[in-house]
Amino acid sequence: MGELLELSGLEAHAAMCAGELSAEECRDAWVEAAGSDELNAYLWRTEDGDSGAVAVERPCLAPIAVKDIFCTEGVPTTAASRILEGYRPPYTATAVRRLVEAGAPILGKTNMDEFAMGSSNENSAYGPVLNPWDRTRVPGGSSGGSAAAVAGGLAPWAIGTDTGGSIRQPASLCGIVGLKPTYGAISRYGMIAFASSLDQCGPLTRDVSDAALLLAVLQGRDGCDSTSVGLDTAPRLPDREDLRGLRFAVPAEMRADGMESGVRAVFEATLKRIEELGGEIAEVALPHAEHGISAYYVIAPAEASSNLARYDGVRYGIRAEADGDVVEMYESTRAAGFGDEVKRRIMLGTYALSSGYYDAYYGRAQKVRTKIAEDFAAAFGSFDFVVTPTSPSVAFGLGEKTDDPLAMYMNDFFTVPMSLAGIPAISIPAGLAEPDGGGPQLPVGFQIAAPAFAEQRLLEAAYALEQAIGFDAKPGGRIDG
Amino acid sequence: MAGELSGILDHVGRIGELDLDDVVPTSHVVDLENVLRADEPRPSWPREVVLEQAPDPAEGAFRVPSPRAES
Repeated sequence: MGELLELSGLEAHAAMCAGELSAEECRDAWVEAAGSDELNAYLWRTEDGDSGAVAVERPCLAPIAVKDIFCTEGVPTTAASRILEGYRPPYTATAVRRLVEAGAPILGKTNMDEFAMGSSNENSAYGPVLNPWDRTRVPGGSSGGSAAAVAGGLAPWAIGTDTGGSIRQPASLCGIVGLKPTYGAISRYGMIAFASSLDQCGPLTRDVSDAALLLAVLQGRDGCDSTSVGLDTAPRLPDREDLRGLRFAVPAEMRADGMESGVRAVFEATLKRIEELGGEIAEVALPHAEHGISAYYVIAPAEASSNLARYDGVRYGIRAEADGDVVEMYESTRAAGFGDEVKRRIMLGTYALSSGYYDAYYGRAQKVRTKIAEDFAAAFGSFDFVVTPTSPSVAFGLGEKTDDPLAMYMNDFFTVPMSLAGIPAISIPAGLAEPDGGGPQLPVGFQIAAPAFAEQRLLEAAYALEQAIGFDAKPGGRIDG
Repeated sequence: MAGELSGILDHVGRIGELDLDDVVPTSHVVDLENVLRADEPRPSWPREVVLEQAPDPAEGAFRVPSPRAES
């Protein structure tokens, strides 16, 4: 069984197609592995109950861990919030339905920051997820459960969502691959909404090939999501071996700020590796990218404050009883049901949208978004890719940033600009580094961004670089700091 | 939370220093066309399926406290 769990999603699929591996055997082995979760990565597992409507009739893919933000018919779906405790959706998200129809059984629902708001997974109402590389550290967020499950050997692969870095940053901190596709590549139907103009589903996998395979299953136009457009051509498995003739841009403005020295060293070494593979590196100006965090933390909370108005204790989820009228019931339900970070963002968003402040905050943030998209468009006029570290630091300690929301938001410094521009970006593990101030060797992610809908080009470059890096470190699950 | 929110607003307020006159705001990155379809009724979820998730269903509806409580 140990060997079976070593197979990547693609390898397991090939073995099933060749008749060398039974899908049931594969599923049973992973159900058992998921059952040994000591990282709090799962909120629900198939062994916790009948998969019901999301059961697969003829499995031919390894089972998959699904972030608890995706609605699954008859299966608990909470978005890691108290306010949705006990909710069992009457329908299944399109992304999950596509996986099920392709033959991937659902292994479980993974823990996350509440409503995908967070960069450390410490905002879950059901406790934090632990990083398999060092259990005193965070796995990143918000798709921290999905990342920790894949890195920690509790799932062969997973899906998550990325609004400002929520796939890429936890993939980076856990030493796996995370892909945020172009906005619109994958349907958002049944994905619990956080910031609708930014939210996008994507894979978290052991390698780039698995990410390509899952993207091929997930992508496509969906009549239930008018913003889904799909990709022009179905993604193929990448096979490129060099980077000759490709031009990589390093944003000058994003090189300086608050990056750990170990992260910088791995980033510089990866740039050298790109040159060894025949790629060309040059600096590019993205003058507005450094304002990405400011624009994002206006736009995302604004959209969230509107999206989360639906949780009022009337139609689903919990209700906190109050003695007074219906308004008091709304207030006590939302006070009891939402965690601090969600409340913080609802207040920020409501403020940014309020009369008198709308132009100064929301209106201006939308204009900054335009400038950031224009910066990328200009860069892609002479470059194939923009590259950055995925996260300014390696995995940080549990509790280290919980008292300083702004410091937590800065985790998204390198990932937010791509989200605002709607372009695809992938994080691949590039090496190990110590945190500033010392500590264990922890994974460092390398982010590659490409123009909208250039997923195939992105996957090919990521694959070539992945093969050259040959990252094969595995978490030891150390418990001491 | 007041101190935290002020700190965040101070930071995001830096976009106030940028020259953004004549910049068109972006609300959405995908070019979308309005698509119309015939206004024909289609089946929807049965009432009992939807009410199953409600905290306090009653008589085929969502029951809520009175809009104006006795005071």
